[in-house]
Amino acid sequence: MSSPTITIEIPTPLRSFTDDQATVEVEGATVDEALDDLVARYPDLKSNLYTEDGELRQFVNIYAGDDDIRYLDGTDTALEDGTALSIVPSIAGG
Amino acid sequence: MSTTTAEPVLSTDELRRYNRHLTLPEFGREGQEKLKQASVLLVGAGGLGSPAATYLAAAGIGHIGLVDFDTVEASNLQRQILYGTSDIGRPKLDAAEERLRDLNPHVDITRHEVRLSSENALDIIDRYDVVADGTDNFPTRYLVNDACVLTGTPNVYASIFRFEGQVSVFATEDGPCYRCLYEEPPPPGLVPSCAEGGVLGVLPGLVGTLQATEVIKLITGMGDPLIGRLLMVDALRMNFRTLTVQKNPDCVICSDNATQTELIDYEAFCGIPDPDESTDDDMAVPETTVQQLKDARDNGDAPFLLDVRKPHEADIASIDADQLIPVDELASRLDELKAPKDKPVVIHCRSGARSERATEFLRQQGYDASNLKGGILAWSEEIDDSVPTY
Repeated sequence: MSSPTITIEIPTPLRSFTDDQATVEVEGATVDEALDDLVARYPDLKSNLYTEDGELRQFVNIYAGDDDIRYLDGTDTALEDGTALSIVPSIAGG
Repeated sequence: MSTTTAEPVLSTDELRRYNRHLTLPEFGREGQEKLKQASVLLVGAGGLGSPAATYLAAAGIGHIGLVDFDTVEASNLQRQILYGTSDIGRPKLDAAEERLRDLNPHVDITRHEVRLSSENALDIIDRYDVVADGTDNFPTRYLVNDACVLTGTPNVYASIFRFEGQVSVFATEDGPCYRCLYEEPPPPGLVPSCAEGGVLGVLPGLVGTLQATEVIKLITGMGDPLIGRLLMVDALRMNFRTLTVQKNPDCVICSDNATQTELIDYEAFCGIPDPDESTDDDMAVPETTVQQLKDARDNGDAPFLLDVRKPHEADIASIDADQLIPVDELASRLDELKAPKDKPVVIHCRSGARSERATEFLRQQGYDASNLKGGILAWSEEIDDSVPTY
């Protein structure tokens, strides 16, 4: 069985690393797998999303649907076909 | 003989002015009186503060405080609709107060012409019922959040970047705060400022009016405010979504287990070095001043000059760099770099922040690299004012 197809929403600050794509389709049964697939496709994203120790950066929030994965199962959160994953970075302009 | 002892809250003139509110059944005279008796502090009178202040004054908020210490610049006018061309060079709060008084003389305006800091924030914010955070940097975002939590003042938060905006309501009694959403700021330089990254002029108009809407809802008690929800606005796709924001049970400032009970050094928290201490830092990269660069060029001994901005920035302003490679592409495009390893390389960007990262990187690669201190802004100010600033 193939992995579920997940749409990842890329926020403006990171679109320069995804050839200006606002959404990227990846495959993964968990958040971790989906993000792995994303950085495999766009390697320059990696240092923006992960620390050198491979942890997701604190200021990068990942939402599955409308919910913060920190309050689900973190990067182990299971994903179904068609789940929208969003990267929600902090921005500070005024 | 007067029939009532209490003075009417709204004068005849005000009843006439606010007629369209009074005829809204959900709003009515009661809602208008609540606005009149409320005080709102706008932190930042820029892109977001302009529309927010304009609508809040027009709506009849009784007391508006404004925090800002900038002067009006030509580059503000593309989005900061409180100001006009004739205001260029004036302190923003002079121009803002004049405009808002003309718009609605029934509003009391208080000017706080200071940089909000850990020393003054609690004192200023504690005087207001609601805060609207429209600042333009991470240290002040965390400062405003913490001061709002510590004083129990709701914070209507909005921020913008390029074509994207975020709005939420933080620091209400039971709701989450900004730190529940973002525990830590990004390292300096990773998220560009609006000056570097640009912002669509109408975007703060859109987002600042959303912010004003939430302020009015909080004061009047109408509707469902964005407590525990983050509104994400994408102007390019014209997509609005709300995401759930949970109160973090371990939040350092707003949870029952809070460990932080006072304001801290927010520049240090956001990783911004103290300018008084950083000059002799062993970790700092070598710097070249704009005067040294000019002297070297005048003597026919020009170093290799590398521009690490984005190409569209070079279209705005250029100081004749030998080559342009954006800082984020430098590592992957190193083989394209034409700089010789046996000669000095000077690296520049707009203000000197991105080029500092690039300098550190190129030094690790064995180049005799130094950072042009103050970037193209310093060149424009000290050497050649025909180079536009942006």
